[in-house]
Amino acid sequence: MSGPSTYEPKSGFTRWLDSRLPIIRLGWDSFVDFPTPRNLNYWWTFGGILAVFLVIQIVTGIILAMHYVPHELYAFDSVERIRRDVNYGWMIQSMHANGASFFFVAVYLHMFRGLYYGSYKAPREVLWILGVVIYLLMMATAFMGYVLPWGQMSYWGAIVITNLVAAVPFVGDAIREWLWGGFSVGQSTLNRFFSLHYLLPFIIAGVVGLHIWALHVPGNGNPVGLEARKGDDNKKDTLPFHPYYTVKDAFAILVYLMVFCVFVFFLPNVLGHADNFIEANPLSTPAHIVPEWYFLPFYAILRAVTFDIGPIDAKLGGVLAMFGAIAILFVLPWLDTSKVRSMRYRPLTRWFFGFFVVAALGLGWCGAKNPDDYVLGMTGFKFLYLGQFLTLYYFAYFLVILPVMGIVEKPKKRPASIEAAVLGTA
Amino acid sequence: MKMFRFIAAGLAAALSLTAIGSTAYAAGGGTKPPSHEWHHAGPFGTYDRHAIQRGFQVYQEICASCHALGQMSFRNLGQRGGPFEDGNFPNPNDNPIVMQIAASYQIMDGPNDDGDMFERAGIPADTYPSPFENEQQARASNGGAYPPDLSLIVRARGYGEDYIYGLLTGYHDAPEGYDLAPGQYYNDYFPGNAIAMAPPIMDDMITYADGTEATMEQMAEDVTVFLTWVGDPHMEARKQTGWMVLIYLFIFTIIVYLAYRQIWANVKH
Repeated sequence: MSGPSTYEPKSGFTRWLDSRLPIIRLGWDSFVDFPTPRNLNYWWTFGGILAVFLVIQIVTGIILAMHYVPHELYAFDSVERIRRDVNYGWMIQSMHANGASFFFVAVYLHMFRGLYYGSYKAPREVLWILGVVIYLLMMATAFMGYVLPWGQMSYWGAIVITNLVAAVPFVGDAIREWLWGGFSVGQSTLNRFFSLHYLLPFIIAGVVGLHIWALHVPGNGNPVGLEARKGDDNKKDTLPFHPYYTVKDAFAILVYLMVFCVFVFFLPNVLGHADNFIEANPLSTPAHIVPEWYFLPFYAILRAVTFDIGPIDAKLGGVLAMFGAIAILFVLPWLDTSKVRSMRYRPLTRWFFGFFVVAALGLGWCGAKNPDDYVLGMTGFKFLYLGQFLTLYYFAYFLVILPVMGIVEKPKKRPASIEAAVLGTA
Repeated sequence: MKMFRFIAAGLAAALSLTAIGSTAYAAGGGTKPPSHEWHHAGPFGTYDRHAIQRGFQVYQEICASCHALGQMSFRNLGQRGGPFEDGNFPNPNDNPIVMQIAASYQIMDGPNDDGDMFERAGIPADTYPSPFENEQQARASNGGAYPPDLSLIVRARGYGEDYIYGLLTGYHDAPEGYDLAPGQYYNDYFPGNAIAMAPPIMDDMITYADGTEATMEQMAEDVTVFLTWVGDPHMEARKQTGWMVLIYLFIFTIIVYLAYRQIWANVKH
């Protein structure tokens, strides 16, 4: 969809620069004149929202790093000092901690958008895979960031997660010691997590650059899942990115920022855990160790495997299932056999998708609960069983439902073009 | 309208976030204490200045004999939002009440040029002195139990100030058949019910400087408000800033929405 460049340098300086470093042309072609399908709905605004949150996290994070002390004896107090004594430190710290949560809310909505509208299908497989890479990097960054305040949940969460690698046969223990930089989670672990937590966001920014590059080759998908036509018809299907989508994205970003600010200023700790206001104590294990909410579905999948499978013991099985739940996203473009992108025209699969969303939220619920507690007080029906059932559905959605549905489902009639879809004529 | 569907989706997401957050939050164990009406609750809530002052007196005269307050300096008492805030002294280090409170403590300082440690009167920049030298000494003096630092106690407990108030007023005789070890007391809201802290406050244990009747409930409430303030000293500034930010964003959003309507007015989409 990205056609020939329409940029024309007006002044002597821009002509001079354009023949040497056409950076203004790049910006013009990518964010001003870029032809964008005219039928994008608000689910397409989360890309812009995510870009804003990456910037918020990096800016607030750099300021926090000026005051934070990565030392096991001082880390907790240094965060408290930021909240108490640094000018507006309470605000910057709250923005950073809640910003992580809102980053994940946006990325999950962005991913569900992609799953519903088939954004991962040809020719956008690389775009999708780069997105999954960003998501993995985000998870690593968020996990290491949560360790830095060195509260009880930070510390014990770090122990639980780093112990997962010990499940790897033969070399697991060695890898774990290498990660720790010692024989337990301690000073070396905290110091290296701080270093990596500072590094990874810039790698994320780099992969985001690739993600946008890969987006701008085929152009945006859209709710009807049809490509914008080439040539003269292109204008009928698309609008220039600016001003149409700059203003629409700006509106969505502002609405999202308002919800964000309600949390930053009025509910700063509601998404955190009370135990993280207790300094890390290796001699006292919290009653329940729970990760941050955005990891809860994967925590439930990890705990769902309670049985040995042949030579694979339950622990390794859980770890494999948890990483498999993300790894499967890399091959999703080849698992979905349907040529129809948008679920709007897939009458059966959209129901399975709906239940997939319910399953993902349900796994989050299971992850927050003790696996031996009963669901809604129903005696005998443990959260463990619910988690196992939903884990099964999670994998079945990708491995059975999508491959089979592409073959057996009869899609609904699709409009001839984006223009036809917008005008309501078939 | 697409916009309303979008905002509704946003609100639904925010609510489910809060729901998930609070389930994780409340997973601390223990009985849920009754919820109390706090002056500082809600988006407009401010600290009851008299209650923090009285609460500081309760802390000073009762709690401080066992519990440290390591995150609090004397100067915090006179800062914006603090119990002894005074507009005439924007720098709390100059506040005479704060200076007087600080000076009433002896602080270990040094080493001096001869290499010796020495004691001097406190200044507002000093942190509140701990009752014990270290954890071992604290445990030795308290039958093996460690009285926690109270700086963040309200934030570090699942039910926050309701829990602290419930704990302070929740002592009872142990129910029939409940075995308490020596040096343990029965409390309704402490996880496991057996707590090593003896009932800390009783009616008329102290005489309030402002003449308020020092009932157990009054003291429990006042010291809870004080500890809430110690844990979250910038709450008032946080909420005030929050309203300004939200009003600004709201007006900005309306302007951008009108721009959006105008730009898209004649475009089929």
